[in-house]
Amino acid sequence: MRKAQGSWEKRILKSLNSMCTELSIPLARKRPAVEQKELLNKWNEMGTDEPDLSLFRPVYAPKDFLEVLINLRNPNYENGDSLSFRTHLGLIQVPLKVKGIPELKEFFVELSLTTGQLGIDDSTQVPPELFENEHVRIGQKVLAEQDSAAAQQYVRQGSPTALRAELWTLILNISSQPEDILYYEQLKTNVIQHDLLVDSLIYKDVKLTASNDDYYFVFEDYLYQVLLCFSRDTSVLGHFAYNSASPPKSYIRGKLGLEEYAVFYPPNGVIPFHGFSMYVAPLCFLYHEPSKLYQIFREMYVRFFFRLHSISSHPSGIVSLCLLFETLLQTYLPQLFYHLREIGAQPLRISFKWMVRAFSGYLATDQLLLLWDRILGYNSLEILAVLAAAVFAFRAVNLMEVTSLAAAEAVLADLSTLKVMPLLQIFLFATVT
Amino acid sequence: MSRVSVPCHVKGTVALQVGDVRTSQGRPGVLVIDVTFPSVAPFELQEIMFKNYYTAFLSIRVRQHTSAHTPAEWVTCLRDYCLMPDPHSEEGAQEYVSLTKSQMLCDMASVTELRLILRQPSPLWLSFTVEELQIYQQGPKSPSMTFPKWLSHPVPFEQPAPLLEGLPDPSKISSEVQQMWALTEIVRASHTSTRIGRFDVDGCYDLNLLSYT
Repeated sequence: MRKAQGSWEKRILKSLNSMCTELSIPLARKRPAVEQKELLNKWNEMGTDEPDLSLFRPVYAPKDFLEVLINLRNPNYENGDSLSFRTHLGLIQVPLKVKGIPELKEFFVELSLTTGQLGIDDSTQVPPELFENEHVRIGQKVLAEQDSAAAQQYVRQGSPTALRAELWTLILNISSQPEDILYYEQLKTNVIQHDLLVDSLIYKDVKLTASNDDYYFVFEDYLYQVLLCFSRDTSVLGHFAYNSASPPKSYIRGKLGLEEYAVFYPPNGVIPFHGFSMYVAPLCFLYHEPSKLYQIFREMYVRFFFRLHSISSHPSGIVSLCLLFETLLQTYLPQLFYHLREIGAQPLRISFKWMVRAFSGYLATDQLLLLWDRILGYNSLEILAVLAAAVFAFRAVNLMEVTSLAAAEAVLADLSTLKVMPLLQIFLFATVT
Repeated sequence: MSRVSVPCHVKGTVALQVGDVRTSQGRPGVLVIDVTFPSVAPFELQEIMFKNYYTAFLSIRVRQHTSAHTPAEWVTCLRDYCLMPDPHSEEGAQEYVSLTKSQMLCDMASVTELRLILRQPSPLWLSFTVEELQIYQQGPKSPSMTFPKWLSHPVPFEQPAPLLEGLPDPSKISSEVQQMWALTEIVRASHTSTRIGRFDVDGCYDLNLLSYT
C-alpha cells in the first residue's frame, strides 16, 4: 500500500512540475509591494477577481485516483483465473477486512429504528413533544457542561440546527483564543507575501465547483480566504505522522540537495485536487467568522478528510470504504450488482465520487450536515459507504432497467431530494436479507 | 528490564505436506522453522520478536537443557497463537509481533533449540512466513549501587573557616548565585513548544521544481 501511495504521489508531483514548466510560472513567488497592498484591499472580495485560469488544469480528479485504486494488487495474493469463493467481483481487489451488516448494526446502534433521530423524528408530521424538544434540551445541557465526549455521543442522533456550530466546536476541541485569531492573521500575511502556483489551482477549483453550485456560490470569498490560508499552514504537516502520504519536498533555488534549504511545497504538504474546495463549502453555513471557519476546517481535514484521498489500509481509508460499499452491495443486492456488472456499469464507478467528497455537493445541505453529524459522532467515515449502498438500494428498481453506464449515471445523477437518515435506517435495520 | 539479543541460526523453512510436493495441487499450509543457538550456552528466553508475513497461527516448541542424562524432549510452549483474526483478509498480516516469556505455557529457563510451526489455512496467499526473527534473553541485572561513605554517613557540622579580610561573606554570595541559577533554570524550562510556522528559509521561498525522492 505504501508503495502504491508513493508512486501515486510521484505521478502528482510530475504533473505539477510539468504544469510549472509548461506555463513558465514559478512554484512560488514573492509578491511585489504594490501587489501585496492590492491583495490586502481585496481580501474580502477575492471572488471578483477574474484571473486567466484557462491554461490551468486540476492536478488530478477523483476518477484518476479511482484508476490507481483499481490497480492495487497484493503480490502475495492468489489472483487466479478460476473463480473461487473469494474472487472480487467488484473493482477493488485488495482483501481488507470490512464490517458486515451485523457488525454495522452494532456499531451504528444509535441509528436503529427504536431510537429517535433528527432527520426523521423532527419532520412536521411528528409532534415535537415525542422526541425533538427533549433532544434539544439535552443538547443545551451538553453545551452548558462543555463536555466534549458527551457532545460526540449526542450528535449520533443528529444535532439541532441552532446548536450544531457550537457542538461541532466542542467535539473538535476548537477554542477561539486570541492566539488562534493571531495565527490566522499570520497565515493571511503569508498569503499576501508569497504567491504560490497552488493558489491558482485553488482558484480554478473553486470556480469550477463551488461557484457553480446553487447552495455554495455565495460563499466563494470565504472559500478563498480559508483555502489560501490552509495551504500556508505548516501545522498541518503534523498529520503526516499518521497519514500514509508524505508531503512534497523541494529545495530553494540554487541549493539543490542541501538539507538546510529543504522546504515543503505547498507549506502544508497538501496538493488540492478537483473538488477539494467542497470539503470547506458546507462549513460556511455554520461559521461566519473566517478564523473559526478556518480552524474547524483544518481540524476536520486532519481528522477525517485526508483519509479520502490517500491509500492506506485504515478502516476509514478510501480503499476500505470502497470495499465496504462493494461488499454491502454484493451481499444484499446481488441481482442489482450482477446486472450492473453485466452492462459494464460497475457500481463503484458511480459512487466513488460521492465518497471522495463525503457527499458534499451531491446532497442537500441540511441532509449533508446531518450526515456529517454522524461522521463526527462515530469518528468514522464508514457511514459514507453505507449511505452509498443505501442510495443504490433505494433506486434499485430503476437501476435494474438500465442498459448502459450512462443511463445508470443518469438515474443516480440527482441526489438532492434524498433524505439521508431514513435511507440509512432502512438499509441497516429494516432490509430483509 | 534490559534484554540482550541472542545470536541465532535460523534454518530454512520446511513445508509439511501430505504426498508428493511436486505433483499435488495445493500449497502447503504448514511450515516449520528451526532455530538453533550454536554459539551460546542454554539461556533463559525473555522475548521473541518478529515481523509477520501472512502467517495465521503460530505454535512454538522448545527443547530445553536437562542436567540428567535423559535426552531433551520437545515441549510445546505456545499453542496456536492467532496472528491473523481472519486468515482470508489482510488484518494482522504484516504486523510486528512480540512474545514474552509470560505468555508461554512452560518455563523457558534453559533453552537450547526452538521450533516455530506456522500455519496458514487459507488458500488465497501464495506464501507465508515470519521475518526478522530476533530472540532475546534476560539482560544483566543492574548492579546494586553502593553509596559512598560520605553520603550515607555525613560528618557532623563543622565550624566554617574564619573569614579572610576584605572578602564578602561566602554564604551571602552563595545564596545569590543560587537565586541566579534558579532563574536561568526557569527560563530554560519554559522553552515554548509552539511552532513559529515559518515555511520559508530566511524570507526566501524561491523554489526549484519538486523533487521525487
